[in-house]
Amino acid sequence: MSIGHTLLGLLESGPRHGYDLKRAFDDKFGHDRPLHYGQVYATMSRLLKNGLVEVDGVEAGAGPERKRYAITEAGITDVATWLATPEKPEPYLQSTLYTKVVLALLTGRDAGDLLDTQRAEHLRLMRALTARKRQGDLADQLICDHALFHLEADLRWLELTAARLGALGKAVGA
Amino acid sequence: MSAPFPEAPATAPAPAGSLLAASGLHKTYGQTTALDGADFSIHAGEVVAVMGPSGSGKSTLLHCLAGIVRPDSGSLTYQGAEIAGLPDQRLSALRRTEFGFVFQFGQLVPELTCVENVALPLRLNGVRRKAAEAAAASWLERLEVDDVRDHRPGEVSGGQGQRVAVARALVTAPRVLFADEPTGALDSLNGERVMELLTEAARAAGTAVVLVTHENRVAAYSDREIVVRDGRCRDMERYA
Ligand SMILES: Nc1ncnc2c1ncn2[C@@H]1O[C@H](COP(=O)(O)OP(=O)(O)OP(=O)(O)O)[C@@H](O)[C@H]1O
Ligand SMILES: [Mg+2]
Repeated sequence: MSIGHTLLGLLESGPRHGYDLKRAFDDKFGHDRPLHYGQVYATMSRLLKNGLVEVDGVEAGAGPERKRYAITEAGITDVATWLATPEKPEPYLQSTLYTKVVLALLTGRDAGDLLDTQRAEHLRLMRALTARKRQGDLADQLICDHALFHLEADLRWLELTAARLGALGKAVGA
Repeated sequence: MSAPFPEAPATAPAPAGSLLAASGLHKTYGQTTALDGADFSIHAGEVVAVMGPSGSGKSTLLHCLAGIVRPDSGSLTYQGAEIAGLPDQRLSALRRTEFGFVFQFGQLVPELTCVENVALPLRLNGVRRKAAEAAAASWLERLEVDDVRDHRPGEVSGGQGQRVAVARALVTAPRVLFADEPTGALDSLNGERVMELLTEAARAAGTAVVLVTHENRVAAYSDREIVVRDGRCRDMERYA
């Protein structure tokens, strides 16, 4: 999952301090893997260097966690591009897709569109595998079937999430 | 044409070259809006999967496209000609000669044997028994169920019954095959084999297929998919 894009997305609703960003991330996406402060500052300084965020103010008391960051226009464009680009279908995408859906809801973008884009990407690969399976021998068929069942599981998750967007939006406070 | 369509909306013309096209289809049942401005088009020989949540309007769309249900408003063209307002008799003739149908359950005539069931549409179109049954037998063979040709539908498995139903739908060489959950009652291996046989036969004959399914593995046999949500169609090509 892209921590940079996620932190950027969290900044879209307004400037935040480093510690506040970490808390928001852990609260929404950290679950079993909270961020280290080190990760936050490494990521923020990279975003700063690339012009995707700017320092909006520094609280008294120094320390990197006291810096307040604001997203730039380039940063907003970067988030939009990330959300609109489907993920390459591969196993264990859920945490990335979940993050994208929640960020889309939080930033007022069309989460249904995002899910449809991803759905189209998955189905495209399923079509290619199905075509390969039809021409292949038994070994090809079994290998393709394995991939197909995994893609199908992802698609079912996408469908279920699409059906629950309203409830999810409320749950994450969008 | 004006009677059932008092206020035909100004709709975009169907995409060039489409065999069957609908635009702005509306259909309500009492308080329920089943179709809310659905657009759809299919080219000759194309296999299009129609997906979407339960109750979204997939079957209603298929029934409207096939002329089984009349939409409240909207336009429907077949080979470039408006057909939504055709009288019942002309519509049913169109269905008999140009369209084929496969549904999830219960479409075979229980009193007839499998080969007689498959021959039936040809017989209704005036083909003699011997010729009709010979054609039917070759379709049964193609769908790998010639061994049950003399069984009645009550004496075959669900998977065999669906293959017989596919044979019956394709025996008249229709231009469009409408299939609503054709593998819905089958296990995944059987369901896939039926899809494989169905799409192979349709492609070989140049038959277009409108395939309603909620199974992605089945949809993966199509060339293209659309998703129905709240009575409207989303063309997934848009996201490609
Ligand atoms: N003959 C009918 N009379 C009354 N309501 C109907 C009729 N046919 C469909 N509906 C309603 O129209 C809506 C769309 O139904 P439709 O059968 O087209 O959905 P579907 O997408 O095919 O669903 P499923 O996946 O469950 O088959 C539903 O709310 C349904 O209850
Ligand atoms: Mg249905």
